[in-house]
Amino acid sequence: MNALRKKLDQLKKPFNKGEKWEKYAPAINAFDTFLFVPNHTTKKGAHIRDAVDLKRTMITVVIALLPALIYGIYNTGYQHFSQLGEAFTFMDAFTHGLWKILPMIAVSYIVGLGIEFIFAIYRGHEVNEGFLVTGLLVPMIMPIDIPLWMVGVSVAFAVLIGKEAFGGTGMNILNPALTARVFAFFAYPTFMSGNKVWVSDASKIDAISGETILGTLAAGKDVHYSMWNMFEGAIPGSIAETSTLWILVGAAILVLTGVGSWRIMAGGVIGGAFMGFLFNLWGANDLMSFPWYQQLIVGGFAFGIVFMATDPVSAAQTQKGKWIYGILIGIFCIMIRVFNPAYPEGVMLAILLMNVFAPTIDHYVIQANIKRRKKRLSAVKVKSA
Amino acid sequence: MSNDIKIRKGLDIKLKGEAEKLVSDAPRSKNFAIKPTDFHGVTPKMVIKEGESVKAGDTIFYSKYSDRVKFVSPVSGTLKEIRRGAKRRILEVVIEADSADTYKEFGQKDVEKMSGDEVKEHLLEGGCWPFIKQRPYDIVANPEDTPKAIFISGLSTAPLAADVEFVLEKRKEEFQFGLQAISKLTTGKTHLCVDKKSASFLNEVKGVQLHTVSGPHPAGNVGVQIHHIDPINSGERVWVVSPEDVAIIGSFFKTGKFDATRVVAVAGTEAPKAQYFRFKIGTNVKEIIGQVPANVRIISGDVLTGDRISNDGFVGYYSSIISLIPEGNTYRMFGWLPFKDNNIPSMSKTSLSWLFPNKKYKVDTNLNGEERALVVTGEMEKVMPMDIYPMQLLKECMVLNIEKMENLGIHEVAPEDFALVDYVNTSKLEAQAIIREALDVMIKEVG
Repeated sequence: MNALRKKLDQLKKPFNKGEKWEKYAPAINAFDTFLFVPNHTTKKGAHIRDAVDLKRTMITVVIALLPALIYGIYNTGYQHFSQLGEAFTFMDAFTHGLWKILPMIAVSYIVGLGIEFIFAIYRGHEVNEGFLVTGLLVPMIMPIDIPLWMVGVSVAFAVLIGKEAFGGTGMNILNPALTARVFAFFAYPTFMSGNKVWVSDASKIDAISGETILGTLAAGKDVHYSMWNMFEGAIPGSIAETSTLWILVGAAILVLTGVGSWRIMAGGVIGGAFMGFLFNLWGANDLMSFPWYQQLIVGGFAFGIVFMATDPVSAAQTQKGKWIYGILIGIFCIMIRVFNPAYPEGVMLAILLMNVFAPTIDHYVIQANIKRRKKRLSAVKVKSA
Repeated sequence: MSNDIKIRKGLDIKLKGEAEKLVSDAPRSKNFAIKPTDFHGVTPKMVIKEGESVKAGDTIFYSKYSDRVKFVSPVSGTLKEIRRGAKRRILEVVIEADSADTYKEFGQKDVEKMSGDEVKEHLLEGGCWPFIKQRPYDIVANPEDTPKAIFISGLSTAPLAADVEFVLEKRKEEFQFGLQAISKLTTGKTHLCVDKKSASFLNEVKGVQLHTVSGPHPAGNVGVQIHHIDPINSGERVWVVSPEDVAIIGSFFKTGKFDATRVVAVAGTEAPKAQYFRFKIGTNVKEIIGQVPANVRIISGDVLTGDRISNDGFVGYYSSIISLIPEGNTYRMFGWLPFKDNNIPSMSKTSLSWLFPNKKYKVDTNLNGEERALVVTGEMEKVMPMDIYPMQLLKECMVLNIEKMENLGIHEVAPEDFALVDYVNTSKLEAQAIIREALDVMIKEVG
């Protein structure tokens, strides 16, 4: 370890203060700090610090994403082979999915991190770890057959317009990963919706018809998947959104480590269940009478609530605000699904909508605190007058 | 308003190296120093020159803004040196001590017969005024003000903190005497908060409003207690005195001498002898702890709020503890992985240390990461037991929006109340420094 450290220090020499490559230091530091937590000590303020840092927090989210991702990789192959009616093993399905998905992840990371590095050097700050999560989320919520260049363009749009234009990490209004998806959704609609995009190679082979459950319902047809299929995730859909089971494992990791807000998740489920139940009572069409508990396990609802709505930067920041924000996402998600069959995937739009409203929710929560303080002040003034 | 305050939010950081309950007299220091930097916002006007001799209690400088606020010598001796820093700012006034002290006589007083103004004049004259601090802003009190209340926190919850009851054990009478004097300074109440678990003499102190406090750090912070008992509104003033300083004031009235002797805890894993020492304010730290290795950080104060001093530096004016911990200038390979390096305490559950709530840790000064943009929400609130939104307040303090700072409760906080925010926040934001700067702007703009 010491030998490696010495070698690294030697390599880093030209990037030190006053040396010729000084301004490129954030780039080399990003790699260095991945190997070693730096030897920085406290200069002011508290002399001791908690072991947690942003890298650790973000890696925890990545770990929480892995179960859903791995299932997504398998499901890609599973959907492809089972729709074709071919015999296949688990490994066949997994390999098929891996070859499809790995390039997407690679493109997403290369494009996004490239932009992040350029901005870090340009602005003279260190590279923020947030993109480790965003870069993995983007491919996970795309349809399997989307061309790689579209992934790249969407990521570039999300990072440049969705994040850096607002001042970088911590300043963005919208969730960057969803910004990438919503960009692709409206820019390339034929690749993002319809019957042919959800199953690998479906557009090339006529025999495959890979509608999602929500698409089927919107078209007024019968759903032929069992509830276990829906929960386990052996259904067509965006790459990693289908398996509620493995998403729940990720949710457990986020909640137990305290990294993801359980308030937002619980609020989302309550809001979604409530709205689904109301529509069940109404029951004017197939989408409305689709059981409320099944609404929660199909489509991107679970994935969105667990991994997207809980992004701390774009969510509400106060405790009460988180509840309101979560509940409203749940309500709007089901509402968009049911009222607008052209956009069966309501969760994306619901979360983006609430991202925009999150600062307003916080404003009113904080205003209550301010009012209490002002009331106390005026009470004192009355007493002394 | 209840007399029993239960604090739920907060964090007790349990550290190794607690001071043993044993008091020794530290050898008399050759040099003593008063550091104007200990009195935030005070610009010193020197009264004596280098080479002149002083008695214990003689004024060495006063505040530029109020010549009534005098700072006196803790010992008798010769003014050896005025050490200056950048822009000729005075950092230390060093006094070479005589072998024994001769005191300036201020006369014994019977507090009972004194009016509030007389008490005030006597404290100002005798150099005891700097012991009285003001909230908001956490600065030496302005003698022109009349505070709505006075608060004394009779417990300390900071990591490795000195045990207030143990420190005051032999000074009960002086403490009671000091309380009597101080309570004359306000027309309102004088509040004393004591640890709920203890049954010490503090519970029997007379002439004050007693409150019991329980819960994790920062329950012992006087700012937290004020917030729960009688919160500060815009324009109000509250004065606070730390308990040992009350005893020093008591002895001043009783003997007529400025005898600023403290019992201070020396603690931390690197302390050569973790125990209590008795010495005068301004003592050279080397006399107490000897020569320590270069990779040890000496902190005058606790590990969350104290000031770093060098091995031949001087103990701060208000410090009741000297903490010694190792410097953390080492690298940790892949230290950012969750659940790795569980020997470093963490409030976050991305480390396994939360499974062992009673384990005591050895900590160093490593930042454990790098400064980043504010991303994680909700963690600051967990260590802020006040009805205040810490992150929102910090953000307004960063952009110095005075109206919003006031709305969000800047009057009620001191930097020390944000010490745990410094400690826990994932982005390694320097919350105490931000609050201090914001308070300085408030002093300038609002007053």
